[in-house]
Amino acid sequence: MTSAGGRRIGDVLLKVEDISLSFGGVRALTGVSFDIRAHEIRAIIGPNGAGKSSMLNVINGFYHPQQGKIIFKDIARTDIGPYDAASRGIARTFQNIALFRGMSTLDNIMTGRLLKMKENLFWQALYWGRAKKEEMEHRAVVERIIDFLEIQSIRKVPVGRLPYGLQKRVELGRALAMEPELLLLDEPMAGMNVEEKEDMCRFILDVNDEFGTTIALIEHDMGVVMDISDRVVVLDYGKKIADGTPDEVRGNQAVIDAYLGVKH
Amino acid sequence: MLYREAGQFKTTYGDDQAIFPIRQDRLGMALILLIAYVALPLFATDYFITSIMIPFLIYALAAIGLNLLTGYCGQVSLGTGGFMAVGAYAAYNFTIRMPELNLIVVFILAGGCAAMVGVVFGIPSLRIKGFYLAVATLAAQFFLDWAFARIKWFTNYTPSGSVAAPPLDIFGFAINTPDRRYFLILAIVTVMALAAKNLVRGRVGRSWMAIRDMDIAAEIIGIRPLRAKLSAFAVSSFYAGVAGALWAFLHLGAWEPLAFDINRSFILLFMVIIGGLGSILGCFLGAAFILMVPLALNQIPTALGIPLSTAMISHAEFMIFGAMIVFFLIVEPHGLARLWALGKEKLRLWPFPH
Ligand SMILES: Nc1ncnc2c1ncn2[C@@H]1O[C@H](COP(=O)(O)OP(=O)(O)O)[C@@H](O)[C@H]1O
Ligand SMILES: [Mg+2]
Repeated sequence: MTSAGGRRIGDVLLKVEDISLSFGGVRALTGVSFDIRAHEIRAIIGPNGAGKSSMLNVINGFYHPQQGKIIFKDIARTDIGPYDAASRGIARTFQNIALFRGMSTLDNIMTGRLLKMKENLFWQALYWGRAKKEEMEHRAVVERIIDFLEIQSIRKVPVGRLPYGLQKRVELGRALAMEPELLLLDEPMAGMNVEEKEDMCRFILDVNDEFGTTIALIEHDMGVVMDISDRVVVLDYGKKIADGTPDEVRGNQAVIDAYLGVKH
Repeated sequence: MLYREAGQFKTTYGDDQAIFPIRQDRLGMALILLIAYVALPLFATDYFITSIMIPFLIYALAAIGLNLLTGYCGQVSLGTGGFMAVGAYAAYNFTIRMPELNLIVVFILAGGCAAMVGVVFGIPSLRIKGFYLAVATLAAQFFLDWAFARIKWFTNYTPSGSVAAPPLDIFGFAINTPDRRYFLILAIVTVMALAAKNLVRGRVGRSWMAIRDMDIAAEIIGIRPLRAKLSAFAVSSFYAGVAGALWAFLHLGAWEPLAFDINRSFILLFMVIIGGLGSILGCFLGAAFILMVPLALNQIPTALGIPLSTAMISHAEFMIFGAMIVFFLIVEPHGLARLWALGKEKLRLWPFPH
């Protein structure tokens, strides 16, 4: 299968099977299964409260489902921790920005490299030799990300002082610094104006195109979803109601009902 | 000379990551070191060295320790005095039980003991935060106070519970004059302050700050809270332990457990808050400020012909500290260090306000 840009869509990278998650009496997810193939952009859509963010939280080990399996790179787990997910190549951004507000843009993105940095406390206290070399190597990677996201001018600014749109971009930068195989984006364009949305779309497409990063994307703007995603999964009240190409999903009666608010 | 960076180009990331990327700051630092290492020993009185500079440097060192934990990693601690006590009594026991040990080794071991104790008392931080953690570290303080007062082995069974440092020497060089004690402390503080600065601008520091700013996001980028928090407790207590050993051996000479009671912990917390949470420079500013206030209260009114009574001075002291802490906590949590940085920012733009 080949998509518009000529990317090769690969084998299944992640598969969630029969995931159920509830908080006390609230059922956030009920028996949800779908897969994400390598190099594709997979959109997850659905009305508010449908369980989209919860799904991402399950994938990156932050929520622990009561039932089901997560198969990532052919290894099946019911329960993973955030550390395992991160070290196996899953990065994400949050619906409500989760940056380190006291740190600069540069330092925030540098934190994305932490898992790849190995030098011990002693060498770091000396900041010399291997530790300095390591720091410089990772700085160079981070500078490429800063160039890519066009945020050179805010490198040293504490992120707490940045406008919302830029914060979202820095958060993407931190996730990219992890060089993930699977990137989970939770409403990366929410609250942005048209111009910022276009920039963000371009970044997402470029990341997918240039680095082959697989992307799972939650987005409310249907225009964007239809434009950039390869396949779409639709959730409603914690259940999967449709799954397919944008065109298939658009014509699906259950999806239309869910969005028009037909009573269940 | 204008405070500008115009014409100073950074050509490598190394230059950009330097502690003092701007030349004027480097000159300023060189000047401070020159004063500390050359001018003061030459010209300052023994009184100034022993009563002001030595406590100032040791307080600054302990404040760095606390700041690493509280300012950088976000874990409030009221146990610094207790960790200093661990360093002091560990140093004492190492010297009397293994007199052949080099003094530097003794200080490192003292820091190591404090680090281990710090890690143990840091374990609750994995479950509790903020106020509750402060209370847990307070318990550490009281427990350690109690242990050093009651467990006689630590004080080598001296009847009064008060102990004295043995005669000290380093590489056969007796540490017996104010200047020599000052040099030794100054060298240790210089090295450890630089090491702290290096830690906070690298991987370890970033993982601490990430935990401080948002522990959930930190976990999701692969930071293990257990490691980050306990390493902060370990490094912080190491600094406190070395500071405690210096305080006991080179400042007090002879001491009892009361020397490291809860007041020590509070004073250090004040220094860190006033100087600036999350700033190494702030530790020095905070220590200087807290030591200067009583001196100023003593000198200035006398000079003006209205001397204050001792009781009045100590009341005024607490009122000033209290007011400053409220001010900084509410208005400028980054303390004097932040005010200093803002001042420099203004100077950089001067005379153009925008
Ligand atoms: N941590 C949580 N505790 C309790 N309920 C939660 C939690 N996270 C999500 N939920 C509930 O799960 C449901 C799905 O939420 P969410 O996944 O955020 O939806 P979406 O992202 O699709 O808007 C909602 O009813 C929400 O209240
Ligand atoms: Mg959501």
